[in-house]
Amino acid sequence: MAKPTETPKPEELTKVDYDSTPETDWIETPAELKPGIYCYGARPKYLEEVGFPNPREWQPTDDDWKLPAEWKETVLEGIKERLSKYRTFHVFMDICVRCGACADKCHFYIGSGDPKNMPVLRAELMRSVYRKYFTPGGKLFGKLAGARDLDMDVLKEWWYYFYQCTECRRCSVFCPYGIDQAEITMIGRELLNLIGTQTDWIGGPVANCYKKGNHLGLEPHAITGNIEYLLDDIEEITGIKIEPTFNRKGAEILFVTPSGDLFGDPGTYTAMGYLMLFHELGMDYTWSTYASEGGNFGFFTSMDMAKRLNYKIYAEAKRLGVKWILGGECGHMWRVLNQYMDTWNGPADFMEEPVSPITGTKFENAKSTKMVHIAEFTADLIKHGKLKFDPSRNDHLKVTFHDSCNTSRGMGLFEEPRYIIKNVCNNFYEMSDDTTREKTFCCGSGSGLNAGENMELRMRGGMPRAHAVRNVHEKYGVNMLANICAIDRAVLPPLMQYWVPGVEVCGTHELLANALIMKGEQKRTQDLRLEDLPGVEEENEEEGGE
Amino acid sequence: MGIFFSLVVVIVLVAVSFVGASMSGLQGLFGVYIPYLAIIIFIVGFVRKVMSWGRSAVPFRIPTTCGQQKSLPWIKHSSLDNPQSTAGVIGRMILEVVLFRSLFRNLKTEMNGGRVTYGSSKWLWLAGLAFHVSFFVILVRHLRFFLEPVPFFINMLDSLDGFLQVGVPHLLISGVVLVAAAGYLFLRRIAVPQVRYISLPADYFPLFLIIGIGLTGIIMRYITKVDIIKVKSLTMGLVGFKASVPEGIGAIFFVHLFLISVLLAYFPFSKLMHLGGVFLSPTRNLPNNSREVRHVNPWDQPVKVHTYAQYEDEFREKMKDAGIPVEKE
Repeated sequence: MAKPTETPKPEELTKVDYDSTPETDWIETPAELKPGIYCYGARPKYLEEVGFPNPREWQPTDDDWKLPAEWKETVLEGIKERLSKYRTFHVFMDICVRCGACADKCHFYIGSGDPKNMPVLRAELMRSVYRKYFTPGGKLFGKLAGARDLDMDVLKEWWYYFYQCTECRRCSVFCPYGIDQAEITMIGRELLNLIGTQTDWIGGPVANCYKKGNHLGLEPHAITGNIEYLLDDIEEITGIKIEPTFNRKGAEILFVTPSGDLFGDPGTYTAMGYLMLFHELGMDYTWSTYASEGGNFGFFTSMDMAKRLNYKIYAEAKRLGVKWILGGECGHMWRVLNQYMDTWNGPADFMEEPVSPITGTKFENAKSTKMVHIAEFTADLIKHGKLKFDPSRNDHLKVTFHDSCNTSRGMGLFEEPRYIIKNVCNNFYEMSDDTTREKTFCCGSGSGLNAGENMELRMRGGMPRAHAVRNVHEKYGVNMLANICAIDRAVLPPLMQYWVPGVEVCGTHELLANALIMKGEQKRTQDLRLEDLPGVEEENEEEGGE
Repeated sequence: MGIFFSLVVVIVLVAVSFVGASMSGLQGLFGVYIPYLAIIIFIVGFVRKVMSWGRSAVPFRIPTTCGQQKSLPWIKHSSLDNPQSTAGVIGRMILEVVLFRSLFRNLKTEMNGGRVTYGSSKWLWLAGLAFHVSFFVILVRHLRFFLEPVPFFINMLDSLDGFLQVGVPHLLISGVVLVAAAGYLFLRRIAVPQVRYISLPADYFPLFLIIGIGLTGIIMRYITKVDIIKVKSLTMGLVGFKASVPEGIGAIFFVHLFLISVLLAYFPFSKLMHLGGVFLSPTRNLPNNSREVRHVNPWDQPVKVHTYAQYEDEFREKMKDAGIPVEKE
């Protein structure tokens, strides 16, 4: 494997010139794969474990991608099949007028200036092939009609650019016809998976999740072990010993969250937040080591693979006999749960319509899928006055909130997390309207692009988000970027370090648990990161002076 | 390349029809047969395209949500930008189709001093709306050529359209707006580097065609006036399937009619089908209620899964050691 290249400095990355376009037509300009932009090819073992086609050692920079002899027919047949399976795909192939409204809405275009990162052009990469093989105009007039043959150069171009799209749907918000590049990217990636051109960073988590239940490949004892560590920290901070249960039959609620929250900082602090909240409520719930992943990297390969991974959640809910499912903070996890799960693996008629055991609130918006977002659940608790807070424990933080793409544009979860944050923090500042809610910017690393070897791409794609954070950092002194997404918690820290040093990243339930006054807790002197709470040092000094 | 090619094609079309219409014997071709053929291609092509889209499945309910979801009763729900009910979807679609709601959101993104900034950018929305509304008004106005007696609302529309009351005959604003807006869309296409880079012949050709149609219409009305009575006798003949071409209609009329015929015949095979497609876009025409009402995928297929039993078989000892309950001891 090639060594990761050094990422250029921020000053270099902002030298983007949107107005200069290549000399040659895009259709005649083959893609040049640049190090730092693309991810490595998937190792054969990952494809084998889940039965994806054409497992072999390969790298995108190889001249020979070792594709099956009939790869072209496979891809064209795949397009034909998907035109009839997805109205989105079919309509979006036909109706774009190339008005360009989407062009400067894509974070990868803004960060790179590469014209093929304009959503319209990224889609034309596919449309040009569609026209050639599926429309009379393209068959008759070829290039004049914007049509071209599918060949190896085109395939490599697809691969390069469909893995420079995080399926964030921001373009779709601005498109007068709602053309959604995410749909085209998803189908493009499905086609690429038919011939085994997967990325390693996606292939690994998919294989892990399939066999072990989660992306990180945490085996059952590792999950309980990791949570043990978190419980020790919680005991040190609060003096309260929490004893959660795992795979417990008869629990009222199954809790599912991304496995990232159990593994690395700062996601683990969010997981501590969940544990503390549920303990404080005395909630009858269980974790599962089998359905130990809310996220779904299968979603970045094919619909079938996504369904195969998602299957575990309902299967486990049924096996354990829970009444409903509560889902943690995660972005694409919630796109899948909100818009796909019930269709794939439902109906979930073996459960009951979700009701908060604490407030009695019926979550009518989740009555079919039986899965409630934790921000909905917690906002309801706060509204009913079921939780006591000392927001001053977060006074050292000046917080802004990053809307995740998927919960924004695939759900519309805007007010719930804000309501929570405003109740547990005294200093909250919004970023510019052009960069939040439905217009929010991607972290730059979603949809399985959070690898190490494509760091330049990630820093470029995250630039618009980072610049918006920098504005509130400079204006209000914001030093904490809150979010509701495990990918965000993994990828925003390096993004902030690169663009806006001095801003840290946290989940919303970390802030909540910091402020949460728990029954029988000791006087808190530390936050969930085991750092001194504001005022503690002065108090110590005063005591020392007495 | 695309610009030049499209322009030449449109000029050739104008020349062909101008010359053709001046030759006796060919007027029937340009005045009757080609228009009939064009209309047939348009209707059949349009219906076939829409039906082919309709045959494609909608496996998932995937609206792009652009506002607050409906969740807890005390949180204000954005019923038009994130509809949860059919009524909301209809409202969203009306805003989209009639007022170009999404395009209205347009922003201009720039890099200023190493910083990404955003500015308002409504010109595309305004020109797009002006273009489509004036096109629609002109279409409705032209119904006067196909209806006898002329319905009152068309006369009303005419007087509204000519409210400026300048010139003889009164200047109709819609024609001017159509040509101006189309001209703006063309200039934008060549002036904005990114848009020029993405543009295909298929983007310039319909613009030139429509500008040609607009200009020939304007010329006929205000400059080289054609015999409107004879035109109406031709169009009424077309409607009644008893078409004959009266002598002495100016050649410019046939150019106008031919360009329209080309536009109609080209329509179903082009991006102009966004007229039909906008109604069928699943990111806009579905409610965001997939957690409340189950959506069924018509081609749902069974997939291979990794069951709990397989999982426990692999990890049973580790689970027991970690104190995790198992099904089989």
